[in-house]
Amino acid sequence: MRPELTELWVYLAASPLAALTVTLAAWLGAVRLHAALRGSALVNPVLVAALLLVALLLVSGIEYRAYFEGAQFVHFLLGPATVALAVPLVRQWRLLRASGPALAIALVSGSVFASASAVAIGWAFGADRAVLATLAPKATTTPVAMGIAEQIGGIPSLTAVVVILSGIAGATLGPVLLSLLRVQDWRARGFAVGLAAHGIGTARAISVNETAGAFAALAMGLNALATALLLPLVWALAER
Amino acid sequence: MIAALTLLLVCQLVGEVAARALGLPLPGPVLGMILLAVGLLARGGDPPAELAAVADGLLRNLGLLFVPASVGVVLHLDLLARAAAPIALAVLAGTLAAIGFTGLLTARLLRARGGRDAT
Repeated sequence: MRPELTELWVYLAASPLAALTVTLAAWLGAVRLHAALRGSALVNPVLVAALLLVALLLVSGIEYRAYFEGAQFVHFLLGPATVALAVPLVRQWRLLRASGPALAIALVSGSVFASASAVAIGWAFGADRAVLATLAPKATTTPVAMGIAEQIGGIPSLTAVVVILSGIAGATLGPVLLSLLRVQDWRARGFAVGLAAHGIGTARAISVNETAGAFAALAMGLNALATALLLPLVWALAER
Repeated sequence: MIAALTLLLVCQLVGEVAARALGLPLPGPVLGMILLAVGLLARGGDPPAELAAVADGLLRNLGLLFVPASVGVVLHLDLLARAAAPIALAVLAGTLAAIGFTGLLTARLLRARGGRDAT
């Protein structure tokens, strides 16, 4: 490499500018593609943007750690954005409160079903105990899922992978499945996607309909709580 | 805009501190979301315009914020080698089954209570 190019490379590698720019550009491209294909859930922008960036990292040989040094500024905004979900919650509060008892039953049933189905499928295909404990909390948001997995004997780093993949799968295929099942009520659609596919599902729901977004945000928060409280108990009982 | 962002960060910070200090099984931002919602409801009425504008701006691009972490995951798929088939099936079939089950159940429960159908 010529010296001035090396210098440029050193600058770009040390500053967050390049990583931030490619992250935003990949997201814009993914959103444009999503819109061009008439908003089909199958071209989920999170999935498309992540695949574009993975391809870029693999082709250029840049390490993920170096990329994340810059991209962490986008990642950081997840915290305040999660807090901001209070705004659609408050706007939809009357509708949420009117649905309270139905949502309480749906929450507990859905939470147990999500953990049990993951463990049952893993067990049927021969996963060992540590992998089953890793899969059990996968419907909840990453920090909660990692904490629970650690508590019940799972592998936290693998949990992080499983949680994000579940979110992408749920956000991409969930809306298609709900349409096939003729679940048309935005409240039910949002609640289901938020419960089983946490923030990535909520991101999808909120981009489609505010009612669905509010119900998804509520389901995500409540399922984090329900799974954290119920799963370790049920797990301990089942192990006896 | 800065006042609204500061409010969001303060709620997150209080949430983080409370979650750790009290050993609550919730991440700080989720606790911060509950805090802000309770505060706004106690105040009554719609969220203030400035906060609403910042929140809507962030939430319109919520998916973007998951991209850096998702890139990391896709690059660490080798972790799955431990049990690729059961994990892939549990992730895909398990998540879809949970969405289908919860969606059908929620829709039925909401209909049974005679609530207004918000389709």
